[in-house]
This record gives sequence, C-alpha cells and structure tokens, in this order.
Amino acid sequence: MKILVAVKRVIDYNVKVRVKADQSDVDLANVKMALNPFCEIAVEEAVRLKEKGIADEVVVVSIGPKAVQEQLRTALALGADRAIQVETDDMPDSLAVAKILKGVVEKEEPQLVILGKQAIDSDNNQTGQMLGALTGMPQGTFASKIDMADGSVNVTREVDGGLQTVKLQLPAIVTTDLRLNEPRYASLPNIMKAKRKPLDVTTADELGVNVARTVKLLKVEPPAERSAGVKVADVAELVDKLKNEAKVL
Amino acid sequence: MSILVIAEHDNKELSPATLKTLAAAQAIGGDIDVLVAGEGCQAVADEVAKADGVSKVRLADNAVYGHFLAENLGTLVAELAKDYGHILAPATTTGKNFMPRVAALLDVAQVSDIIAVESADTFKRPIYAGNAIATVQSEDAIKVITVRATAFDAVAAEGGNASIEAVDTVIDNDKSEFVGEELAESERPDLTAARVVISGGRGMQNGENFHLLEKVADKLGAAVGASRAAVDAGFVPNDMQVGQTGKIVAPELYIAVGISGAIQHLAGMKDSKVIVAINKDEEAPIFQVADYGLVADLFDVLPELEQAL
Repeated sequence: MKILVAVKRVIDYNVKVRVKADQSDVDLANVKMALNPFCEIAVEEAVRLKEKGIADEVVVVSIGPKAVQEQLRTALALGADRAIQVETDDMPDSLAVAKILKGVVEKEEPQLVILGKQAIDSDNNQTGQMLGALTGMPQGTFASKIDMADGSVNVTREVDGGLQTVKLQLPAIVTTDLRLNEPRYASLPNIMKAKRKPLDVTTADELGVNVARTVKLLKVEPPAERSAGVKVADVAELVDKLKNEAKVL
Repeated sequence: MSILVIAEHDNKELSPATLKTLAAAQAIGGDIDVLVAGEGCQAVADEVAKADGVSKVRLADNAVYGHFLAENLGTLVAELAKDYGHILAPATTTGKNFMPRVAALLDVAQVSDIIAVESADTFKRPIYAGNAIATVQSEDAIKVITVRATAFDAVAAEGGNASIEAVDTVIDNDKSEFVGEELAESERPDLTAARVVISGGRGMQNGENFHLLEKVADKLGAAVGASRAAVDAGFVPNDMQVGQTGKIVAPELYIAVGISGAIQHLAGMKDSKVIVAINKDEEAPIFQVADYGLVADLFDVLPELEQAL
C-alpha cells in the first residue's frame, strides 16, 4: 500500500509573529521556518504504518517555491521514501493546493492520503476536506487514532463533544489532530541518508492547475492587546471586585 | 442575494452557535434561510423557525444526515447553494468538516473562522493562532464562510415565525459510515456556550483535584475547562481543552486556576470579558492578561472561593 503525505512549510511554531509596519502581511523575512506541526504528525503516522508492514511506500509532497525542499528533506529524514515538490512562486490558497494534490493523487494512486488538519500560519483547516470533495474520496478529519483493515480504515476523530469513529473505504483521506502520535526526532544518519533520497520537481502548470486567488488579503493587524489588571490580596477582595466592580457575579 | 445558514444541532436541540452564526448573517444583510439537516430533527426546525430574522427553514430530515457525515452533508449543501450568495456555518468540528467540501464542489475558496463582518464581501479572521488579524475580501460569486461563534452576540431565540419547507434531496454514499461515538456526559453547560468558565492547568497536579474546580463551577453554573498542559498530563480528557488547538471560548467570566498562560492557551480565552487568574507564581504570564490576579496557592483558594460564593 502506498501512502501520500502532503506537507507545508510554515513559520516555526516557537517564533513570535510580527506584523509588517505597512500592515500588508506578517513579516517572514529572516524568520525560522519549519515543517507544519500537524504535517509532521502526518509524516510520523505514515512512517509508523510502514514500520508495521501495512504500507510499503511513503511519498511526501509539498507545494511552493524551492525553499519547501528543506521541509521535504525533513520529511525524508523522518522516514518517507521519496518526495515531490510542486513548484509555485507563492503559496497558493487551499483550493488550488487541493487541485494540485488531486493531480498528484491521480498520478501516484495512493490508498491513503494523510494531511495535517490545518497549517499554523493561515489556520484555514480546508485542504484535506477539499481534496476529498475533488477526488470523491471519503475523509476522516481531526484523527486521534487510525486502525487499518482490509480495504478500509477506521478513523477516530476528535469532535467538540468527545470522540467519533467513522469507517472509510480505501482510498481515503485522513487529517491529523495533535494526539494521533508524537513525532520522532530525525537522527543524524537519517538526515544524511535523506539527502540521497529521490526528490522530483514538477509545476502547477504541468498539472494543469490555475493558482490565482479569489480571496484578497487587504490588511493584517496585530490583535487588540489586553492590559494587565490589578492584583487582589485574597478571596474576599476577589469576590467583592467581581460582584461590585466587574458585576459578573 | 440571500444567505443560507447551516444549523448546528444534535437532532434534538439547536446549538447556541447557530444563533451566533445568524448574527453574522444579519451583519452581511439579506434574506436568511436556515438548513436543518439531520434525522428526526423536526424539533430543531421548529426551534430555528422562532429565531429572530429567519425567513425560511429548510428541513432535510433523513437517516443519511443523522450523523452529519461530511460526504453527504457537503454534497447536499453544495446542491442547495446555487440559490444563495453566502453559505454560513459555525466553525465547530462539524462545520469545519463539511464546509470545505461545499466550497470545493462549488469551485470557490472558503473564508474560515470569521470574527467580524466588514461588508458583504469583506471579513476579519484570525491567523497565526490569533497573533494577527487578517482582513480579507472574497471575489467568489458564492461565499462559503465558517463563523467563530464566540465573536458574535446571539440573535434572539424567540420572536420569529419562519415557514418550514421540506428538502427531499437524499444524498448517500457507500464510502464512509458512522461507527460510534463517545460523547462526554455532563450536567454542566457546554464550554463554548457557558457564561462562566473555570479552567485548571498543570498546577492542579492530578485529575482528582479537578473536583475542587467542579465545586466552584457548581456554585457559579460554570463550565469546567483545562489547559493543554493538563490534558497532555492526562488529568482530564481532550474535549475539556481550551486553547489554540482546543476550544475557543469567550465567556463573561473566565477563571484560570494553576495555568501559567502559554500563548497556546491565551489564544483560546483572551476574548473573555473578565479574566481572573489564580496562580502561586507571580511571574506567570497569565497575569499579563488577567483583570484580577490572585497570587496564592490554589489548594487554599478554591475551598475558600467555594465558601464565599
């Protein structure tokens, strides 16, 4: 069984985000970039399925300028077998990404496609579901557990009220939530080995996808700051303030 | 152009998130229809019909929609969407699950998780876990939008008298099926809808100590939440998590107990009207966003607080 994992290059989750002075976007100049944490979980899950003998090949794909090769190499160091970069000048929106991934799915014919549930930059939470609609594949989003069976997969999903399990016929799409697994660290020998693994480059044009955006970014602002309030001495003062000053009790 | 709002419910009751999504729809302006898709959900349709500002309720009552499978619901909504300029759903796990399928089937972008309506095509939404707010303008003919319910004040649940019309379209699929669910049973209000939320962090030390929070919660009619640290430490289940990767809450009163205030947690609660922090570490970042801070041992404070209320 072949697994396709889609990964995104994003700002490192430890970096404090700053908005540009002209409010055109956030400032990504000289900022540390990394594999999106949910995508890292997706790679880890695919590699574990390979280690269990359920999958025989793990292919990672990323979309964007040449810099995304860095994240593809990271995924290869974590255990993926080969990588595909779909070159675009900018980062396309979720629908264009889903269309590009559909093209890759048609070529690679994976039985399972694993994606992060969302990227921590745009926070859209769309791509996996859109890919599902475009390919006609069933989806198990926000997965905290995956059980593979013959020709199907049971996905336990984190939903607002608790957990839900769905059974999907393969080929299927899974998007990862945080508790699916804890990704490993790449070892130095694996990082060296990853440099020699195959990495193919294709383009959105070759896949016949138009990446023009229909949603324009007009402005980016920092959120309203909350200022620190007062310290109270004890419970009596706290309850008094909540009753008489804030009037919330 | 008119607006279609997709109701969130459990086949019995309407979720308050729907009334807040209706407020976002009113801010956009135009006739508002509401789709209630589910199984045995006539009562939900009756409830929606009474909500303020609803023109028409469209009821798709069929077993294929009983568990809100994204494959069925997404296709149904995409088929109905052609009559509308905007499709709105709350950004709950259900809305997040099926709405991008609707957008893809209509070949339009989706605007996720809006927190403000600037005009009929321009919206504000948080990016980078709420560390930046983007203003975006959609050029798509049909705008597919999910709404962060806590950012809008609910429309009145009573006063309306909309007609209810049956939708006969039945969309099923043979590729996905519902197997089961484990839903947390609680007598307390839902986290995202509660007027007061009291949350515990790693400082609670273990899951049993959450009883101290529950006693205070019972006095206040509050929901009980937790930080990711407390969830990751195994004190309480994940559905109690407040934060960037958990639930986003904005109650009138939020009480953070033994929570240091990681950015991750603040992203989920900093829009609360009044924030109280109780922590024995006076350097804890949570105090920087708290209206009232109490530097003290939570194991002394919680029983005292329960007595004082």
